[in-house]
Amino acid sequence: MPETGIREITFAEAVREALAEEMRRDSRVFIMGEDVAEAGTPFKVLSGLVEEFGTSRVVDTPISEAGFTGVGVGAAMTGLRPVVDIMFGDFITLTMDQMANQAAKVHYMSGGKWNVPMVMRTTLGAARRSAAQHSQSLHAWFSHIPGLKVVLPSTPYDAKGLLKSAIRDDNPVIFFEDKMSFKLKGPVPEAEYTIPLGVADVKRIGTDITLVGTSSMVQVALEAAVMLEQAGISAEVVDPRTTWPLDEHTLIESVKKTSRAIVIDEGYGRYGVAAEIAATIAEGAFHYLDGPVKRMGAMHVPIPFSPPLEDLTVPTGKTVFDTAMTLCGRS
Amino acid sequence: MTTVSDPTRTSAGVGVEKWLRMYRQMMAIRLFEENVNELYTRALMPGLAHLYIGEEAIAVGVCEALRHDDYVTSTHRGHGHCLAKGASPKLMFAELLGKEAGYCRGKGGSMHIADPATGNLGANAIVAGSVGIATGAALSAKTLKTGQVAVCFFGEGALGQGVLYECMNLAQLWKLPVIYVCENNMYTEYTHFSETTAGDIPSRAAAFGVRAETVDGQDVRAVHAVATDIADRARRGEGPAFLLCNTYRYRGHHVGDINREYYRSKKEEQQWLAESDPIKNFAEWLKSQKHADAGALSTIDSELRAEMDKAVKFAVAAPYPGADEVDQDVYA
Repeated sequence: MPETGIREITFAEAVREALAEEMRRDSRVFIMGEDVAEAGTPFKVLSGLVEEFGTSRVVDTPISEAGFTGVGVGAAMTGLRPVVDIMFGDFITLTMDQMANQAAKVHYMSGGKWNVPMVMRTTLGAARRSAAQHSQSLHAWFSHIPGLKVVLPSTPYDAKGLLKSAIRDDNPVIFFEDKMSFKLKGPVPEAEYTIPLGVADVKRIGTDITLVGTSSMVQVALEAAVMLEQAGISAEVVDPRTTWPLDEHTLIESVKKTSRAIVIDEGYGRYGVAAEIAATIAEGAFHYLDGPVKRMGAMHVPIPFSPPLEDLTVPTGKTVFDTAMTLCGRS
Repeated sequence: MTTVSDPTRTSAGVGVEKWLRMYRQMMAIRLFEENVNELYTRALMPGLAHLYIGEEAIAVGVCEALRHDDYVTSTHRGHGHCLAKGASPKLMFAELLGKEAGYCRGKGGSMHIADPATGNLGANAIVAGSVGIATGAALSAKTLKTGQVAVCFFGEGALGQGVLYECMNLAQLWKLPVIYVCENNMYTEYTHFSETTAGDIPSRAAAFGVRAETVDGQDVRAVHAVATDIADRARRGEGPAFLLCNTYRYRGHHVGDINREYYRSKKEEQQWLAESDPIKNFAEWLKSQKHADAGALSTIDSELRAEMDKAVKFAVAAPYPGADEVDQDVYA
């Protein structure tokens, strides 16, 4: 956690700073993707980078996600450190062979001889009224594959420190940014720092229940924690920050203390990240639990367009609060 | 532009020593693959074995046009490419048998030989799976100004994969030093390519402005000549090329594919063997040009047979990896 009293910047600015600093530090780092250069992506996260680094290091591509992701894998194997930009997380489906069959397996299949130091930056999250093909949170797909690392930053501070570590990592790392968080402001020190991959962060200390939140759901969990406090329940909020490597120790120790847990993740709840973390807690803290570990994720439906329908599909502070009250025997 | 390679454009600048080296390399691949067939049928080799027999002139003709540090990517039918780029038969056999001494510590196997020391980025068991990797290696070569070229070998089955066209488009846009070598052995597994491939093959590359050439893949001299041209051109920064090599897979899709008459006739197979064997025809040419006599070629064959026997014995005797190897190298 950053110190208090320092400057505040947005999540998007934190991502941009991380990229700029790493590109200044290491001439092998470059960005490649659709509308990344002058457009700076539709979310304007990359605005200004092409002006500093030029079009040979901030490279616009055709709409060919599989092609340029594959090019990223090959470039990473042979001396460059690409940051591949996949505009919407829904489009990772087009890159799956390059990521799951190529990037993830090159190091192992070659007996450790070739490395793929590549980052894929992409988005997750609903609530933008973008309908079923621009709203999914598919990070579980990559978390399932050995050889990949998956990062889910929830604050500007985490986004900057984790992205710098991801770029310096010698493995393929997928970095998911919540579209609704780009304007989120938070304290980020001006001095250089990194955050190691695989270390969870306790976003709020509590004693009665653990709310494990990832990415967009960390703010939801914090919102629920405030409501619970008013009801006399002390909630701890734990953010794993990476789904792989997963900081099992911090998750289990928190639940050993609180004896109750809800896992909130914006991916689909079934067969997803929430399910995996819930199982990890159930295995590691079984004898300390006072109730079942609950999963909360996206409803098992394609994300609908109509605003009142879309709002039903993802957990909110209120639904997490209600679930926590029930789990604590208070409803 | 798509051109058919001029068959007279073959011999310039190649000396006897290099011709004999090409003969040796082609024969090494043939004998390696015959040993693979033997190991497989004796149940000493686990998994699958896809033999390159009949297609040797392509790997050798192309790789002899490359620098040692140039990159190649290969396929499930990849033993020939790896050997032609300089892999050691000993370490390849060990890998094929799943032994720790193998190129990938036994964890890759027949379809995944990789070797940074010879520029081999890896054989790939996803059809067209290495097109992105080869194109990315060419991007590195261009960015880092190393003067290297990347060669992507694939069969005509890869023509059905969209990623090939995505990457050719990128390669031409960015003028990358990559050569796409399409080995049309006429059968995508068990289906004749005419049933799966619409239109003219090189025209597909030419549509992107990629230099497209067609060559007799059974003629190592012709392959080498055109590969030299397009590799030099790529090295000069003039962009990618697509080389269609017409060839024939003498054996089945894999070693176990014995009864093939439901998809191709014995007569067709015998005709290719009799008239278009790349090694036999090249040996005849070497003799006709007085580059070598029968005795000299037979000495090469015997030396290679002895080398292969030794390599097989090494691999058979080599230990399997220990259990602690199973979760090593998942992450760098």
